[in-house]
Amino acid sequence: MTAQGTACDVRPASELLWVEDLHTEFRVEGGVVHAVNGVSYTLDEREIIGIVGESGCGKSVSQLSVIQLIRNPGRIAAGKVWFEGVNLLDYRPNGAEMRAIRGAKIGMIFQEPMTSLNPVLTIGRQLTESLELHLGMTRKEARDRAVELLDQVGIPSARTRLDDYPHQFSGGMRQRVMIAIGVACQPKMVIADEPTTALDCTTQAQLLELMLSTIEGCRGALVLVTHNLGVVARYAHRIYIMYAGRIVEQGLCRDIFYKPSHPYTIGLLKSVPRLDEAHGRRLVPIDGRPPSLIDMPPTCAFLPRCLEAGERCRREPMPELKAVEGEGHMVRCYMREEGAGE
Amino acid sequence: MNEVFTVPKEPEATSAPRISDWRRFRRVFFQRKLVIFGVVVLVILVLTAIFAPLIAPHDPYLNSLPERLQSPSAKHILGTDDLGRDTFSRLVYGARTALYVGFGTVVISAIVGMILGLLAGYLGGIINAVIMRVMDALMGFPMLVLALLLAAVLGGGLQNVIIALSIATLPGYTRLMCSETLSVKENEYIMAQKAIGSKSIRTMVRHVLPNAFQPSLVLITTMLGNVILAEAGLSFIGIGIQPPGAAWGSMAAVGYRFLESQPLLAFAPSIAIMLVVFAFNMVGDGLRDALDPRLRGTL
Repeated sequence: MTAQGTACDVRPASELLWVEDLHTEFRVEGGVVHAVNGVSYTLDEREIIGIVGESGCGKSVSQLSVIQLIRNPGRIAAGKVWFEGVNLLDYRPNGAEMRAIRGAKIGMIFQEPMTSLNPVLTIGRQLTESLELHLGMTRKEARDRAVELLDQVGIPSARTRLDDYPHQFSGGMRQRVMIAIGVACQPKMVIADEPTTALDCTTQAQLLELMLSTIEGCRGALVLVTHNLGVVARYAHRIYIMYAGRIVEQGLCRDIFYKPSHPYTIGLLKSVPRLDEAHGRRLVPIDGRPPSLIDMPPTCAFLPRCLEAGERCRREPMPELKAVEGEGHMVRCYMREEGAGE
Repeated sequence: MNEVFTVPKEPEATSAPRISDWRRFRRVFFQRKLVIFGVVVLVILVLTAIFAPLIAPHDPYLNSLPERLQSPSAKHILGTDDLGRDTFSRLVYGARTALYVGFGTVVISAIVGMILGLLAGYLGGIINAVIMRVMDALMGFPMLVLALLLAAVLGGGLQNVIIALSIATLPGYTRLMCSETLSVKENEYIMAQKAIGSKSIRTMVRHVLPNAFQPSLVLITTMLGNVILAEAGLSFIGIGIQPPGAAWGSMAAVGYRFLESQPLLAFAPSIAIMLVVFAFNMVGDGLRDALDPRLRGTL
């Protein structure tokens, strides 16, 4: 068993971030939405991991939980978030310690470039904000640094554009600004929540490259949250596949793509076109819908949509993550356990 | 809160769209003739109030019983009242009172109301519940009745009238600001702001307030008219500005007694009140149209 499986209180030194058995829930009328159900993952220094899953599988919520930005009526019910040796969840959500982490050590890049910038403040003021806040720069120093940052993310004539308002930028430009804000304080890690979803394909690739090189430039690690397997395929070192608030498969990028193990991962891969395959392959959608997160089935959450489900899947509770072939490759499926189905 | 209107200092920063925004604002704002009329009236009012000692031909407080209740003449262009004071001079000084009460009240109630609304909307929970229930209680009374009650309790006089009217008009600002804050704080950029580790107070002041401010601006303009009207009402029934203070409301109250012999004594202040309230409402309307985002890009 690897680190995720053992519930010990000592944090292994090598990892930058270790999320341990995270549960986040939202109390709504009609019950409790279990958005994140015991998610554990790790992130090494300068590593890039991908967290993949369809809408509503809890991938964004799990990331917001890390920096404790869960809004009412949500709350983090259980779990630990070890970051540089301390459990972030021990801090008050709006306390000074937590605020000192956000932006300074953990940067965040949001999904919607069109709405993630304040329309009434200039780009410059929004960029300099975290510099002044965390690095104690004067306005002048922060402005100079902001010019550098804008240059770095490829915005031409950065010094003049500093005084422009967000509506004077296109979507792609705004996302560049968002990237600049995210890495402004050279954070140890950056969480990018669907950073390219709102952009068109040509800019997507450009911006991904830009984001990665910028983060690499400041020696940070990256958590890439996306529903697009294509995005992570190229860049991520390791991939976590999430389904209904749980991680169903995790492993090195190549294992996920060439030896996918969980039926959901296999389904995901069959549903997207691939360049390295013969022409004429039909794309296969995954039928059905994910289960309601309010009353989750006691059995495997993927069971109703699973093409390979066996007798044991219907009978027994949610399977545990178990190691399969490949380095750190784990899967949550009875059909992949020793002796099952064979 | 002036952030919305900050004009960039560096010349290089004035790029095209901002100028056209300002142009569009002016075009929509001055499009209606009545708005222009309102602006002219208000400019005259403000100038009159500022330069009252220069404009007024006589001392507005000087009694001169031999000259009481005179008709308009070269010496007293609007005649005199029952104590022989020059009506025109009192009207000019009344502009001071009206503006003093109007701006004093609006400044106090707008600032306090907006702060309370911002806190209630942004922090939510128990703070929201307490603030908004108090405001609901205040709103239970019609504004004028509440002002009447408070003025009667506090006693007359300029200060007390301002306090009474400020409390009476507080809930409007609070509710408006609270609802705007509730919608603004759901925006992604507020979350992004939290994600860079900004304090709540900073997020509120720098990011929520400027985005939630515009509707309050319109309310302030319309409220100026309402407050001046309310002050005139209080003074008219004798619990507002106390004699010998020059207030249009109390002047109208005096003139009312001599309506048949000296109609101008009641009409002059009444017309002044009407004009000013009308002007403030017109400017408020114009402002609302000009700030309405749905009209952006039209015309």
